[in-house]
Amino acid sequence: MTTTSSNPNPLADTMPTFIGMPKFPTMAKEALGNTQQRRNLQHATHTIRAKRAAVVGEMNDWEALRRNGADTKDEVLAHLDTYLEQLEAKLVESGATVHWARDAEEANRIVIGLVQAEGVDEVVKVKSMATQEIELNEALEEVGIAAWETDLAELIVQLGDDRPSHILVPAIHRGRAEIREIFRNKMAAVGRPAPEGMTDEPRQLAEAARLHLREKFLRAKVAISGANFAIADTGTLVVLESEGNGRMCLTLPETLISVVGIEKVLPTWEDLGTFMQLLPRSSTGERMNPYTTMWTGPAAGDGPQNVHVVLVDNGRTHVLADEVGRQGLRCIRCSACLNVCPVYERAGGHAYGSVYPGPIGAVLTPQLRGTGSAIDQSLPYASSLCGACFEVCPVRIDIPRMLVHLRTQVVDEHRGTRNAESSAMQAMAWMFADNRRLQKAQRAATLGGKLLGKRTSLGAIPGPASAWSGARDVPVPPKETFRQWWSRTDGGRR
Amino acid sequence: MRVALFATCFNDTMWPETPKATVRLLRRLGVEVEFPPEQTCCGQMFTNTGYADEAIPLARSFVDVFEGYDAVVSVSGSCTGSVREQYGDLAKRSGDTALVDGVAKVAPKTYELSEFIVDVLGVTDVGAYFPHRVTYHPTCHSLRMLKVGDRPLQLLREVRGIDLVDLPSATECCGFGGTFAMKNADVSVAMGSDKVRHIRETEAEVVVAGDNSCLAQIGGLLERQRAGVRTMHLAEILASTEQEAS
Ligand code: SF4
Repeated sequence: MTTTSSNPNPLADTMPTFIGMPKFPTMAKEALGNTQQRRNLQHATHTIRAKRAAVVGEMNDWEALRRNGADTKDEVLAHLDTYLEQLEAKLVESGATVHWARDAEEANRIVIGLVQAEGVDEVVKVKSMATQEIELNEALEEVGIAAWETDLAELIVQLGDDRPSHILVPAIHRGRAEIREIFRNKMAAVGRPAPEGMTDEPRQLAEAARLHLREKFLRAKVAISGANFAIADTGTLVVLESEGNGRMCLTLPETLISVVGIEKVLPTWEDLGTFMQLLPRSSTGERMNPYTTMWTGPAAGDGPQNVHVVLVDNGRTHVLADEVGRQGLRCIRCSACLNVCPVYERAGGHAYGSVYPGPIGAVLTPQLRGTGSAIDQSLPYASSLCGACFEVCPVRIDIPRMLVHLRTQVVDEHRGTRNAESSAMQAMAWMFADNRRLQKAQRAATLGGKLLGKRTSLGAIPGPASAWSGARDVPVPPKETFRQWWSRTDGGRR
Repeated sequence: MRVALFATCFNDTMWPETPKATVRLLRRLGVEVEFPPEQTCCGQMFTNTGYADEAIPLARSFVDVFEGYDAVVSVSGSCTGSVREQYGDLAKRSGDTALVDGVAKVAPKTYELSEFIVDVLGVTDVGAYFPHRVTYHPTCHSLRMLKVGDRPLQLLREVRGIDLVDLPSATECCGFGGTFAMKNADVSVAMGSDKVRHIRETEAEVVVAGDNSCLAQIGGLLERQRAGVRTMHLAEILASTEQEAS
């Protein structure tokens, strides 16, 4: 397929993120060859999958909760402007400063300005998808500000000069031995070195990270976070995490800058109850996550005294305009869909060329960025439409339906530019449009079947069909079609 | 009750034994099934590859052909899923209100084979005999789109002589996914290979499913491995009787 300039998303030009990557099948093929990574991924996803299934299974009202979660999110999306204004008013009232960012560039500019105003050249960060999406760390680095990731897995990715490959477990593709090497080789250059004689035992690795990070926490004047939820009627931001490092970021520094996607709003404090049940069970397979931190503006003499909130659009209002695609904005980034996806399990997160991998990435990324690039055109096809993602999604996002919708968009954008696929599709559609045409084509197929005699299958065949026959045998067409048999025997009565 | 058989283009052309077995089976259960010859293809492959404009005329023709029947029985879970779950979107896209109405009427009375037998006929023992070790693969569309649940297993459990064994990781996709099998051939084969490994672990002689497209993926890999495991459609096992076996 050729790329065309007809790109409906105005943001596509301003988003440098990952664009220019080869398309999904190419990236996936490479990943499939990495057997160690495949084993790590399979082990990790199957473990979380089983845990999730067990804790979801204990809930007798899970379906009702899911519906409730989806309805609440839909309510927010239907009146996003109202809820955002309410959120802003409440935040300001409680002493926070609110900034609005149309796209990644504007968001990064705002954050850089705020950090520079504090006169520091380093910040600590709590894992945040929003800041990854806008590539904030890279933008900060360009102006000489070091951003230290404090989530353990995020730290592994950062020290390893790597990209995250999972929403919740960014270093899911790494094994223990690899992590030990990364810590030993890289920690010293950016802070406290890894302890002498550290083994690849998880406890020792975690301790090394703890000591390394403690220095950073105690030194940092500015922290940057995202938020899982932003509550409109109270102006409260909420972060859920497992390690407590996030809480250090959110409470120790003088200045806290939170970068939050505009779809993160919940109408009321009560609504949080639903999501506090849906999220931990879906993401880590726990009944309750270990740390939940909430802050409503600054508190005198306690915690950060300068509280900034940057509300980021970056393509979200574009997604909102799409009736079918809109539901993607319900996503609470639990990653349950990744952990059950048979394609993600084998291709790994990097193949998706986006900070959002797996099923949700395959729909959200081409929506946020548009389908102008090779990778973004291929993402809606990176699925067998098995539906496992929809089944587990705590906010009932019908990912298979969205994938089909986006595929239609990709095809529609290329109508008029003929290629082998569209020609074949049109020829077949013409044939199926009339049963007499179909019968003619069937006669050719059954003739082939007769010529092949007693063979039951064909080996490798050349041409475009070799994509199938490279590893799978091709059945020989039968000597008589069903409809030929029906008319010859009057449906078996003769 | 006027019942029509939707043979699907794929089964009509490549796997005629399946619709033939379905006809035998339904007759045995007292249903006089008709085969409207104007039928062709439900359009699933077009819809799922993004060619909605090409699929719309096929949806219209499906509605025209089957509108007059009380029930339509299809031998493919995924084609049934396409009619029931995707035709609505296609009709809406076409902007043709007659098609929207037609779909609303035809879609709910289009059934996958096990749904029709268990829900409409109210039967689980179809009087079949099949003395072999069999494992069942629940195809994704039957399982998640149609939610057929354990209906196929209810039917299989009543089959005389059968040795039905559980398939490990049964609910995992076989990797077929229509054009996915070609567009993402490497991932598709990786998924299929795991499926086939699980099938071989069961030491079954036969793997059964309600969709010949998934079975083509599984069978194509089994054949390449010379595994000696046969693939069969559910209809063929349910249609088998003692007389035939002897
Ligand atoms: S799409 Fe659903 S399952 Fe996937 S990350 Fe988002 S909320 Fe979780």
